[in-house]
Amino acid sequence: MARHALRGAALVYLLFLLVLPLGLVLWRTFGRGLGPVIDALTTPNAVHASAVTLSVAVWAVLANTLFGVGTAILLVRHRWPGKRVLGALIDLPLAVSPVVVGLALILVYGTYAPVGGWLDSHGLQVVFSLPGMVLATIFVSLPLVVRSIVPVLEELGTEQEVAAYTLGSGPWQTFWRITLPGIRGALGYGVVLCLARALGEYGAVAVVSGRLVGQTQTATLFVEERYQNFDTTGAFAVATVLALIAIVILLVTKLFQPKEPT
Amino acid sequence: MAIEVRSVGKSFGHTPVLRDVSVDIASGSLTALLGPSGGGKSTLLRVIAGLERPDTGTVLINGADATAMSPQKRNVGFVFQHYAAFKHLTVFRNVAFGLEVRKRPKAEVRRRVTELLELVHLEQMATRYPAQLSGGQRQRMALARALAVEPTVLLLDEPFGALDAQVRKELRAWLRRLHDEVHVTTVFVTHDQEEAMDVADEIVVLADGRVQQIGDPGKIYDNPANPFVMGFLGPVTRLNGELIRPHDITLALERRPGTVPATVSRIVSLGFEIRIEAKTGDADVWAQLTGPQARSLSVRPGDTVYVGRTAAATSLPG
Repeated sequence: MARHALRGAALVYLLFLLVLPLGLVLWRTFGRGLGPVIDALTTPNAVHASAVTLSVAVWAVLANTLFGVGTAILLVRHRWPGKRVLGALIDLPLAVSPVVVGLALILVYGTYAPVGGWLDSHGLQVVFSLPGMVLATIFVSLPLVVRSIVPVLEELGTEQEVAAYTLGSGPWQTFWRITLPGIRGALGYGVVLCLARALGEYGAVAVVSGRLVGQTQTATLFVEERYQNFDTTGAFAVATVLALIAIVILLVTKLFQPKEPT
Repeated sequence: MAIEVRSVGKSFGHTPVLRDVSVDIASGSLTALLGPSGGGKSTLLRVIAGLERPDTGTVLINGADATAMSPQKRNVGFVFQHYAAFKHLTVFRNVAFGLEVRKRPKAEVRRRVTELLELVHLEQMATRYPAQLSGGQRQRMALARALAVEPTVLLLDEPFGALDAQVRKELRAWLRRLHDEVHVTTVFVTHDQEEAMDVADEIVVLADGRVQQIGDPGKIYDNPANPFVMGFLGPVTRLNGELIRPHDITLALERRPGTVPATVSRIVSLGFEIRIEAKTGDADVWAQLTGPQARSLSVRPGDTVYVGRTAAATSLPG
């Protein structure tokens, strides 16, 4: 009896929290057929926003993949002073609100800040343009790749790497031939999580982008802006696309999840 | 000399593991590093392979100073106790690894790997993954992988330690035969004296970070340098304040010159071997007899026997 009650409670909870809102988004989107949705998705601003989101996500995932693999190896395979500090700092983006991240980036890279001013005078505008948005997205998704790889790297141990060395393999060859294949699954999982986070990021990007329609507007910012302007069709159409991408990504992560050893 | 270890010292933190160790290993020999765990034998093997850098001393491989050389430049084959199989590669690719990183032509790699898989009787397993092999098969794969690069020396760290007793014995005999075929200078680490005596031409006994004795199995067994080596190589008992092998103890019912009276306290039958324990005054002694010997003596607990020693007995004051 208690089990049934618990199961029921969990289902009702999920219904009101997840299924109902998502279902309503879909219903509102396709309520007047496919035509208006396609029209809304193909407006220049919607197309541009999607393109911005895509390029921000690609750069952020690329950076976090390289940084994530490097950092994970540094944390697991090497001993050095400050290792614990780095280990703790990696998780900081999970604790700090994205809005705070955005404001902090403006403080450093804004046109009137020392670093931002110097970069600006050399022709690189960070805040209110793509580099700042990429930076903000990298920051909020920083721990995802590192945290996926670290436990797998630990479990893998160094025995296979040492064996590769004795067989004449150098550090790079050993990394490509032994270490990377060993963490392949975890890396894929981390990259996909990072991609999902990057596509859905709102807060930090909202602050650093300046929300310039048709310029620095990402898909999530587009949804918000359209909604505020009472264009519910446009808002819900892009929101649905984002939700569908998220679901696909979720399914893909299942492929990468570590399997039970046979 | 294939390997010359000169006055090597190594500490982990404040714990010395090797103290002034010097060992020469002849080309083409099969040498066992024998000793209790924590005696420094694995560390010495890893120093030879370049996996540990010694604090003091030098290591020469084929006459050249290899002390500061990285493991990938030493051209040694290393076989790990837990195989260190490359899990994501097939048996074939595992064995081919050393040749592939050396960028050898594909045809040569294929020929050499096929040859080696035949040598270790794994030719049927070429396309399998390590997870699909038994422990003994994995260890043979690891051996083929180490041999593929034609190493100057082959080093094996407790190669049969993770295997069950039956497979262990088979692989032991097989390693001996393999060495007779391939003739590569081989050093293996073991804590099992029987394994060392069975397989090796030469035994280096290491304990407490020091070399206790070096010699062929017969010499080490018959002329142990100290009580430790004597005790580690086989059973010992004590008679008149001397250490002696129990199979060198004689028991008789009549008194003869040089024997001492004793009271039989216990008789243990271990199949072929009969162990008779006795008390001489307040000291315990035991003798290892064969079944027929024990039956012709026919004693029971409480009987008096006269304990002596064979003419050729090895003994050490201790």
